[in-house]
Amino acid sequence: MNELLRQLLFLPEQGTAYARSVDQLHYFIVLTTMIGAAAVFTTLVAFVIVYRRRHAAQTTPHVEPKPIHEVLFVGVPLVLFLTWFAIGFPQYVELQTPPKDAMDVYVQGKKWMWKFAYPGGPNSTDVLRVPAGRPVRLLMTSRDVIHSFYVPAFRLKQDVVPGRYTQTWFRATAPGRHQLFCAEFCGTGHSAMLGEVVVMPAAEFDAWLADQRRGVVAAQDSAPVPSEDIDVRTSLVEQGRRLAAEYGCFKCHTVDGTQHIGPSWLDLYERRERLDGGKTVVADEGYLTRSIMDPRADVVAGFQPVMPTFQGRIPAPEVAAIVEFMKSLRTDVVRAPPSQGPVYVPVPSK
Amino acid sequence: MSPSPASEAVYNRPNYLTADRGVRSWLTTRDHKRIGVMFLVLTAAALALGGFFALLIRIELLTPGPTIMDAMTYNRMFTLHGVVMIFLFMIPAIPGIFGNFFLPLMIGAQDVAFPRINLATVYLYLLGAAIAVYGMVHGGADTGWTFYTPYSTTTTTKVAPILLGAFVLGLGSILTGINFIVTTHTLRAPGLTWHRLPLFVWAIYATSVIQVLATPVLGMTLLLVTVENVFGFGIFDPARGGDPILFQHLFWFYSHPAVYIMVLPAMAVVSEVIQTFARKNMFGYKAVAYSSLGIAFVGFFVWGHHLFTSGQSAFDSGVFGVLSMFVGLFTAVKVFNWTATLYKGAIQVSAPFVYIVGFLFYLVFGGMTGIALATVSLDVHWQDTYFVVAHFHFVMAAGTVMAFLAALHYWWPKMFGKTYAERPALVGGFLVIFGFAATFVPQFLLGNMGMPRRYYSYPERFWPLNVASTAGASLVAIGFLIVLVNLVVSLAWGRVAGPNPWGSKGYEWNTPSPPDKENFPGTPVFTHGPHEYQEPVPAAAEVTHAA
Repeated sequence: MNELLRQLLFLPEQGTAYARSVDQLHYFIVLTTMIGAAAVFTTLVAFVIVYRRRHAAQTTPHVEPKPIHEVLFVGVPLVLFLTWFAIGFPQYVELQTPPKDAMDVYVQGKKWMWKFAYPGGPNSTDVLRVPAGRPVRLLMTSRDVIHSFYVPAFRLKQDVVPGRYTQTWFRATAPGRHQLFCAEFCGTGHSAMLGEVVVMPAAEFDAWLADQRRGVVAAQDSAPVPSEDIDVRTSLVEQGRRLAAEYGCFKCHTVDGTQHIGPSWLDLYERRERLDGGKTVVADEGYLTRSIMDPRADVVAGFQPVMPTFQGRIPAPEVAAIVEFMKSLRTDVVRAPPSQGPVYVPVPSK
Repeated sequence: MSPSPASEAVYNRPNYLTADRGVRSWLTTRDHKRIGVMFLVLTAAALALGGFFALLIRIELLTPGPTIMDAMTYNRMFTLHGVVMIFLFMIPAIPGIFGNFFLPLMIGAQDVAFPRINLATVYLYLLGAAIAVYGMVHGGADTGWTFYTPYSTTTTTKVAPILLGAFVLGLGSILTGINFIVTTHTLRAPGLTWHRLPLFVWAIYATSVIQVLATPVLGMTLLLVTVENVFGFGIFDPARGGDPILFQHLFWFYSHPAVYIMVLPAMAVVSEVIQTFARKNMFGYKAVAYSSLGIAFVGFFVWGHHLFTSGQSAFDSGVFGVLSMFVGLFTAVKVFNWTATLYKGAIQVSAPFVYIVGFLFYLVFGGMTGIALATVSLDVHWQDTYFVVAHFHFVMAAGTVMAFLAALHYWWPKMFGKTYAERPALVGGFLVIFGFAATFVPQFLLGNMGMPRRYYSYPERFWPLNVASTAGASLVAIGFLIVLVNLVVSLAWGRVAGPNPWGSKGYEWNTPSPPDKENFPGTPVFTHGPHEYQEPVPAAAEVTHAA
């Protein structure tokens, strides 16, 4: 019954027990409201048919309501409305009250990515890994404008507000992957501010977290992921690719030449760019670095000045790696078999 | 169908359209009827513009990725759609057109209390619209019509002109409200007690109270955003020491009551049309009259239901949730009384009545989804998704549009003296009514699936329902075109309507069609309430020539 109604109403899967209880209320309310609305509207249509005008000069009796009518008109909906509220409100209170033993994860929203920081130091971008069956409390804030953390499978939404911390919590029932949306309009990249909640078996999660703390496994959470395993310590370009993914650069910049929120990185290096003010500039290492640190200084014509500054947020060696990665993206060294997506071969570094 | 005695006496005098001629006579008119007609032209143009933006939005959402515009343009489109529809169409339309035209006629007055201020509201509308259009042409805002901070105070788009435009429009709205309140209190003809007032007047009166009390808060809030956006004062932006949630409280303190500024006039129209076409007095006149005031009052204490996911305390959310239920309660009382009015009536199913049935469909089903939203825990899932979009388009947009079209078809013969062709009116009506459902039912389901609103691109699983929604929107557009052509054609080629083509006992039908410039030859004296259809048939109002 649950499954049938869930699919009829196009609801996503139920990733938590809370989601299931909210859906139960959903079914109850949808059934009662739709029956109630249909009853009222059917009565109306029936009256229209039964009491249609039969001749032009027809008159009608003067009908006044008895007190009992008004009492029923007020009383029946009031009882129904308050019943629904009495069920729904405790669920909301439950959602607002994290259990004491919950694991804390810090969430930072910014244009247009999600950053997650775990106890003990590890962090990730856009992918939130959580253990199944254990409560997780999210402590959330925003670096720029209001975002909203929304996981439909958990029936969970909480605004992420700059200048203050908001919290929410959930206990995922089973391992799986659930989409994460930003639900509060936050600009050009709003609909690209997507992420994923990966629910892992509790033991696997513990192992993953321990590995993260030791810093052995490099985070490879965001696309594009290299197809083969490359030792990140050997190639500056590969490091740059990984870092660019981690810092969310690909939210706005493509590497295949298609236009997006920011200029594509393909063939960007040493390209002559026309700026907003009419000047032109050659996109050399200096310009690329400056544009990461102070993006609004020299905006390429045709683009909005929406990029946040990374001043003080990316260490210098990492900036170098990202710039090296940009330099590697050149059409003349791209071999693109027609059946597959483009594959980039890095330029041998000097 | 026979003209009432009152109109015989004045039947051959020049009417308000022909009494004065020339553009200048229109631009300087103080006649409430001409001002109503000017608002009809202006708000209809705004409806067309807002509808054009809506169609662009729906075309863009036809595919999951980019379709016809980039993300920035899309963000501007939904902002402009919201701003134009709300501030230039839904808020001013019914009070501006039909309130202006019919409120004085219904209470037996020669004009509103302040005719010059009334003319000023037309110019404030034009000025506000001009400032807003200037902003749209020079970049347009990308904030959504809700202007949430700190996004709106840090965006690089032209927010300030749009905000100032809305501010000026708000000023006009306040003046209209004051005018109607004073008119209702001071200019009622002898014998017209409060409990003999047409229900249209009651609801317009309640609307005016909200306009006067709530709009100043919007004005303040918009100015504060403008000041922060232009001069960088720290009011709402936490980076400058402000509080972004404060904005949401201030904004919704106006903008939730504003929903009732849009819906109460629609309800005003429903009461009139139902009584005329059922040929029956309102079942529960007092319940309908006072529930308008009830909605106006409770409407001020529900704004927090927009903030369930903002981080406000559970206690606040609970209080705002319960209070929201009471708005639903007053609405339910109205719906039950309207339905009961049909009981033992003599119902004529003409175009205006069909639109009212459409209105009730959207109000009943959309209203029920509103009650579901007030059930706090469900709102957490639906907040900022297409479910909310569909909900307010059912109640607010479809509600206002249905009532607007019903009023237009109902009073068209009175305003212009011509009748339109019934068949195209019905075809257009069915297309608009069915098209709205086809547009927004898929959006309810999209909301259930979890598709957030204001998304330029979306995951593929949302695709089929978006296509269905766009198909529905095109039906609405075709329906509107049919309605427009039919009405415009009737101006030139329509049959002469006569003073009372519907056989209505509403007071306003005691005038010739179109009405005389001075409304009544003397002061009417009211001896009973409106819409009394029993035997023996009494005249709606008796007109005596004042000395």
